[in-house]
Amino acid sequence: MTDVAPHRYGFFTDTSICIGCKACEVACKEWNEVPDDGFVFLATSYDNTGSLGADTWRHVAFVEQDGRWLMSSDVCKHCTHAACLDVCPTGALFRTEFDTVVVQPDVCNGCGYCVPACPYGVIDRRRGDGRAWKCTLCYDRLRGGLEPACAKACPTESIQFGPLDELRERAEERVGRLRADGVTEARLYGESTGDGVGGTGAFFLLLDAPETYGLPPDPVVTTRDLPAMWRWAGGAALALAAGVAACFLRRN
Amino acid sequence: MPKRRDETVPEAEFRSYYGRPVIKAPVWHEPHMPVYLYLGGMSGAASVMAAVARVTGHDRLALAARVAAAAGAGVGSVLLITELGRPERFLNMLRLFKPTSPMSVGSWTLAAHGGLTAIGAACAVTGVLPAVGRAATAGGAVTGPVMATYTAVLLADTAVPAWHEALCELPFLFAGSALASAGAALMLTTPRAEAGPARVAAVAGAAAETAAGMLMERRLGLVGEPYRLGRAGRLMKASRALTLAGGLLAAVAGRSRALTALSGLAITAGALCTRFGVLEAGRGSAADPKYTVVPQRRRVAAGD
Repeated sequence: MTDVAPHRYGFFTDTSICIGCKACEVACKEWNEVPDDGFVFLATSYDNTGSLGADTWRHVAFVEQDGRWLMSSDVCKHCTHAACLDVCPTGALFRTEFDTVVVQPDVCNGCGYCVPACPYGVIDRRRGDGRAWKCTLCYDRLRGGLEPACAKACPTESIQFGPLDELRERAEERVGRLRADGVTEARLYGESTGDGVGGTGAFFLLLDAPETYGLPPDPVVTTRDLPAMWRWAGGAALALAAGVAACFLRRN
Repeated sequence: MPKRRDETVPEAEFRSYYGRPVIKAPVWHEPHMPVYLYLGGMSGAASVMAAVARVTGHDRLALAARVAAAAGAGVGSVLLITELGRPERFLNMLRLFKPTSPMSVGSWTLAAHGGLTAIGAACAVTGVLPAVGRAATAGGAVTGPVMATYTAVLLADTAVPAWHEALCELPFLFAGSALASAGAALMLTTPRAEAGPARVAAVAGAAAETAAGMLMERRLGLVGEPYRLGRAGRLMKASRALTLAGGLLAAVAGRSRALTALSGLAITAGALCTRFGVLEAGRGSAADPKYTVVPQRRRVAAGD
């Protein structure tokens, strides 16, 4: 893996075996030197980080339901068609040789456009710093032949790192076995290349609807509609020019 | 966890993670972003008016339009730069030209438009290099319409439902508002006897802005709700009232100084309210997971 990677790498997060220990959150913060995300008490279960953000690159969700707990470690999806990357005007966001999406902090000028562009609400601008930050899928560790810090720290192998095609095979097997064992609600999220973002580099096995975990049920990369947007804007621009010309037709 | 809302007629039942937003709200600040949207639109429409006024011999109007276009682009650029998280890196906007990023397209447009309108205004005011000034003003007629409408693509090209789903109407809302704004600015800065085309622009722009806004809110349904609720709703209502009143006044203002001033100020205030309202509606749309989850669920249920 020290050579240029022949594969696309990613995460398979199997939430059915997540125990909510938050070791991933801590390992991520330590390795990437991510600042604290506020010492707050949200009073919603054991979750006191709330959501992914500039200073939270792994986020463990806790959902208390009748008779069961759902726990899930969320992360940047490293989309095939990444809206953040598409709309970044400076080229600070780029696609690496591992097919992951990374911000270059020395280029980002903090325009903030990536923030509302992400269909998952992952990337955010850091207060005081002014730049956009998110999971790098431990780009530095990957280049050094190591697995990302969160996957390394996960005690149950809920977070698995590897070549994406291998992870997809493993996930299919796992979801099939769970369903055969009677866990019929088990489903994969983000594994399909036919979804609105062309499949994600970090995908999940969930035990309930995605929105239960704070994930969008049918995310679409906003730039898919960009040609239509420019067509409508072009029409409006022409109408404006014609309108101005018409204003001068009338003599007064 | 099921969540119920009773503030709207079609009650949308959906699940969420403790009611937390799915997407992040736009981080853009007030007043920088909305005032830039206003100034960019005004400058864009004014530059087209400058070019047409010059060609058709409305010299006094052309001078005012050239100055207004340059001032709008200049002040707008400063607002945009101070809006950045790292203002000292604003030149990174021109590191590359990226067609998939409306902000990159917009940065280049603003750079070209700002330069052309500044040259046009400088030559018109000082009287030096008149041929260069004429060429620059003619160029402004090309960059102007892009300036006035690219900002609609900028907002629509996000995951914010109230913006993304409005991709058809937002450009017409902004173009109409830009025409009205430029008309208003020129009514206020041109002697009334020579401001006829500006008054027509104010009336036509106000009508177009009102029509596009009404169409947008009607078509969007649930996703358009943030344009009607809370602070965004108040701003959009104020915008509608001010724009309509200003447009009607402009139609009858004729040569009355007081009515012209009142009309120009009302239209300007209305255009500003539109931009503040649209930004606020985007924030509201992002903050409530309902607007993200319910339409996506419906899409899944409909089998795409």
